[in-house]
Amino acid sequence: MSTQQEQPKEPESQEAPEDPEMRGAESPQQERLKEKEQGLAQAEAVDESDVEGETVHLKVFRYDPEVEGKQEPRFDDFYVPFEKGMTVLDAVMYARDEFDSSLTFRHSCRQAVCGSDAFFVNGRQRLGCKTQISELEQPVRVEPLPHQEVVKDLVVDMDHFYDQMHAVEPYFQDEDTPATNDLEEQRQSPENREKIKMSSRCIWCGACMSSCNIAAGDNQYLGPAAINKAYKFAMDDREGAEIKEHRLRILEQEHGVWRCQTQFSCTEVCPKDIPLTEHIQELKREAVKKNLKFW
Amino acid sequence: MYEHDVIVVGAGGAGLRAAIAAHEAGADTAIVSKLHPVRSHTGAAEGGINAALQEGDDWELHAYDTMKGSDYLADAPAVETLAQDAPEETIQLEHWGMPFSREEDGRVSQRPFGGLSYPRTTYAGAETGHHLLHTMYEQVVKRGIQVYDEWYVMNLVTDDAADPNDRSCHGVVAYDVQSGNVQGFKANNGVVLATGGPGQAFDHTTNAVSCTGDGHAMAYRAGASLEDMEFIQFHPTSLPSTGVLISEGVRGEGGILYNAKGERFMFEHGYANNSGELASRDVVARAELTEVGEGRGVEDEYVHLDMRHLGEERILDRLENILHLAEDFEGVDGLVEPMPVKPGQHYAMGGIDVDENGQTNIGGLYAAGECACVSVHGGNRLGGNALPELIVFGKRAGRHAAGEDLGEARIRTGYGDDVEDETETELPVRPGEAGLDTSSGVAADGGGVAAEADGLLERAVERERARVDRLMDKDDGVQHAQIRAKLQKAMTDYVNVFRTGDGIRKALRVIRECRQEYQDVYVDDPSRTFNTDLQQTYETRNLIDVAETIALGALVRNEFRGAHWRQENQERRDDEWLKHTLISWDDGEPSIFYRPVILEGQDKTYEPKERSY
Repeated sequence: MSTQQEQPKEPESQEAPEDPEMRGAESPQQERLKEKEQGLAQAEAVDESDVEGETVHLKVFRYDPEVEGKQEPRFDDFYVPFEKGMTVLDAVMYARDEFDSSLTFRHSCRQAVCGSDAFFVNGRQRLGCKTQISELEQPVRVEPLPHQEVVKDLVVDMDHFYDQMHAVEPYFQDEDTPATNDLEEQRQSPENREKIKMSSRCIWCGACMSSCNIAAGDNQYLGPAAINKAYKFAMDDREGAEIKEHRLRILEQEHGVWRCQTQFSCTEVCPKDIPLTEHIQELKREAVKKNLKFW
Repeated sequence: MYEHDVIVVGAGGAGLRAAIAAHEAGADTAIVSKLHPVRSHTGAAEGGINAALQEGDDWELHAYDTMKGSDYLADAPAVETLAQDAPEETIQLEHWGMPFSREEDGRVSQRPFGGLSYPRTTYAGAETGHHLLHTMYEQVVKRGIQVYDEWYVMNLVTDDAADPNDRSCHGVVAYDVQSGNVQGFKANNGVVLATGGPGQAFDHTTNAVSCTGDGHAMAYRAGASLEDMEFIQFHPTSLPSTGVLISEGVRGEGGILYNAKGERFMFEHGYANNSGELASRDVVARAELTEVGEGRGVEDEYVHLDMRHLGEERILDRLENILHLAEDFEGVDGLVEPMPVKPGQHYAMGGIDVDENGQTNIGGLYAAGECACVSVHGGNRLGGNALPELIVFGKRAGRHAAGEDLGEARIRTGYGDDVEDETETELPVRPGEAGLDTSSGVAADGGGVAAEADGLLERAVERERARVDRLMDKDDGVQHAQIRAKLQKAMTDYVNVFRTGDGIRKALRVIRECRQEYQDVYVDDPSRTFNTDLQQTYETRNLIDVAETIALGALVRNEFRGAHWRQENQERRDDEWLKHTLISWDDGEPSIFYRPVILEGQDKTYEPKERSY
């Protein structure tokens, strides 16, 4: 099943809010402004007293194929005490550890490098660990990534994503490995390294693929992450011209770069700020320059 | 049941390198990992890879710096192997396409790092680990090496020979996290543990939530000894609210530490008159906490790390990732204000007792990377020495497990005639006898040394299935999260940067309570599908075992060496303590013993000197 086809049911309130102040929360923008004003007024010793007692209202998608009551997707409400600097990941971890140990999601590094915790938060793909609660409107709605099969709660099946990543031959192909006693690195200009820098930052979180309408409609489309991976190799001067052409052939196939309609949704959601759409466009231009077949 | 020649547990830098090496040596190799490889915590390493690449530098200087940095508790054969092999392995990574930062002439850049006599830290921005991990995973994909990702390894399968040194490892038992299916994995040649660090034993750590010491605990229960577990590195620059790491690269590039009074305390208060901010990590961590303790901390909690003077261009070029981390996780713009930092648990120098070929005292059982202790780092790891360890010793372990002859090891493992028993320290608790059940990881019902591997595997699988059923059938009791939180707090309160005998004893008593509570643990989630409750319950058991060995090591070592500081004895005592601490479970009868450190290198002896920076 996919989250996109399901109508979320009326949430069943789990831990009803006792505190009336929690209702009718102001928009995050207003809240931030307010916090800032108070901060200026009180100069020091603002932080803790200011946020103490506040609670975050989470609405979290739940689904488990083998547990009665969770086979039909539903949303559970959690009310989590707010702490300064709290992220969406912190909040769902708190909900899991304090309220419901069956609440399931992937997470590991907590610092936006392992790429495990891309969720659909308030209608947008984001990394849970990198998204501040204070910047979100409440209730904070946390769902699994759209357009991927849901395994359980916030966990989606990543196999298709990995298949696409592997489809672009994502490994360096210069066979010229060094002799044991030959300690010479290949040369690469700082400019060329800079050229591939952004593309090399991908953490395989899958946010871009999930946001892409084309990928949603064409299951064979390589998708932004895989194309970006190929870009990293194709633009690296250390691989020869022949291999570059081989890479472009993979990319210009029917479900490759030409499928992209430059909607920029991938670029917008990328947590590592990789200019994905630009990279795809550049590869299209390279393919044209090489007179490769135009689909 | 699955069957391969070599089974690698864990898919971070050491595991991937071991798998590639074993595969290249012709072994049918598989990786079993609770995370997909690219999720591994190697990806969070920022600073770099030490390797003597340039003219003017040489491996002997690297070895010297490492021995000094270790406070003379590293074994010279391990250190010299690291220093000799690091250049070739680093160049290998470059030839696999790793995007290293470059100089104008196109060569790889190197920068200064703490405790190094030469700028030999090779790096890729401030995200070296990310690039190393992805580059190596690419090579695994290229070779078509089988990866069982999101399979959680629950235990090792060994026979039950009375002497752990006579045991052999025949495989592992794991469950598919997605389906809950428990299966045996038979290893015809060997099992390589590459499960990373035990940072989650502490509550303020730079480590991922996955760093739960699984390999340490499984090896320990199977009869491998754990070495120098008391040596825990607290990184001087972690962000106060989350523990997210700010790379030593910031100080390497010229970043400066200030206290609340705006003093450059590393110099002005005499902690390191020569090296200042680039003194060894333990020195800087203690300095920071001393500043805070003496009332010169910012908000009584942390100090400031300032890199503004480096200029936007240089910061963006070499440390851009740091700007993102400070912004996203602390709300600070490193270009316009100093970053708040304080020490956070970062790295375990100790680990599973192995020789320079990665072998433990159990036949067919290997360990590499942070979970292992060769020992390269001794009492304190230098920045930039963890990543070369992964590739150098990951490769060696993989090759040896695949059957290649690497020559005889000089380092010895396990309890033997070269060790000395611990007799002096009174232990407040009898170590390691509780747990979910009192049986160890050893197949006690097996038929002795000659027991046939398939039978051992089947019985081990049955035992883990029964354990899962028991955890899931139980309807109430204690949940792992409570126990874990209690354990983490005790470790951070009492087994931190500054340690006292009384504090450590308190920690040991809390650990004992955690063990007792763990007997009443249950898994509330009734589902077999992606049951992270079950996985974390297993992990918490491992954390308890590992935490206890850390605290025990800290208690018996009554001296100050490297990262281990004891209030009662604030000096290094070479007359008595040039020896490794070893703890062995030995079928539920834990013993503590010592093995002399090896200071004799191939051509010279590393004479202990005062470690000043």
